[in-house]
Amino acid sequence: MIAILIFGISALTLLQFFVSYSHSLIAESRGYELSEHGREIAGVTGRIVRSDQFRRLLQLIALCPEPGGDTGQVRAVSIYFGLLGLVRVLFGWIEPAVAGWIESERSGCAYVAAVMLDRRISYNRVLMARQMSAQL
Amino acid sequence: MMGPVDYLLLLADLLVEICCLVCLLRKRVFSQHFTIVLYLCASIAIGIGRYGVIGAVGFTSVAYHYFFYYSDALLTICLYFVLMNLYARVFSEMEISKFVRGGAMLLLAGTAGISYHMVAASTDKLVTHFVFELSQNLYFVGVLLTYLLWGAMMKMRENRTHLMQLVLSMGVYFSAFAGSYALGNMYPGLMVWRYVCHLMVMWLPLSWAYTFMKVPEDTRMATARVLAPNR
Repeated sequence: MIAILIFGISALTLLQFFVSYSHSLIAESRGYELSEHGREIAGVTGRIVRSDQFRRLLQLIALCPEPGGDTGQVRAVSIYFGLLGLVRVLFGWIEPAVAGWIESERSGCAYVAAVMLDRRISYNRVLMARQMSAQL
Repeated sequence: MMGPVDYLLLLADLLVEICCLVCLLRKRVFSQHFTIVLYLCASIAIGIGRYGVIGAVGFTSVAYHYFFYYSDALLTICLYFVLMNLYARVFSEMEISKFVRGGAMLLLAGTAGISYHMVAASTDKLVTHFVFELSQNLYFVGVLLTYLLWGAMMKMRENRTHLMQLVLSMGVYFSAFAGSYALGNMYPGLMVWRYVCHLMVMWLPLSWAYTFMKVPEDTRMATARVLAPNR
């Protein structure tokens, strides 16, 4: 009985903590301005990144060597994105407002992915510049 | 029986923790976040110890089970210290850190006492059962304490991004482990959680490394944005 109670409460708090953590990552990334070069590579125009670009951005992130430390964030945002997809399938048809909220959250996830891609591109450009100057 | 995947995951856990420790030391936050460094050092030492015990007596031995659960309880107590430090930071202006420390110690002793009482009341009275029960309860008390802290932060409109992310990642970790221990209690033969546990172990060092490496210490964030970021 106690185990069931602990499991139920833990599952609820896990969901809440995880959603809040993902929100904090999205909110933190919103303050970051994407560079022109990053926008060009990611195919992003304007300040909003569409949610359907998320998967493509993840593929581009996978192609870039990582500067270290952001793998956990990529994974957390991917899980949150997937979770939102599941919620959309299960409850999106009930209320259109829910679908609108989910879309804006997923677009936030795509923005985080674009920021991470931008950071990795900048990191690789610095690395390349260092290598070039070392060769000269 | 342990397969290559188990060994690989154990090694990955260890490497992620070492990387996180290096990140913390590079950022020179040793004195500010001493409890986190302490937890990581303890976790790395225990990880190496687990390798040693598996090599010496095997994965299925009783000795390994004792070592696993007691070391896990020890790590949870180290996490309590991390949590106490976070409490002290959040309430730093109110100067109540002594009360926080005292309260947490009382809670720790209370949890151990209740776990012992629960096992003593059962028929089998196994020591391994006590330590399993203790771990489950310690994680659950950790969930409650983190939830309380998070609630207080929301009420006080705490806006330090660093603190928010540290507390939330702790909340995710405690909830995931409390839930998985409870599930283990309900279904003792469930094998899927063996792999999920390893992945959950990596969560804390990865999220900490990200926070310390990518989020500047002085970053501020409106509390409302965490509750509803796109409004």
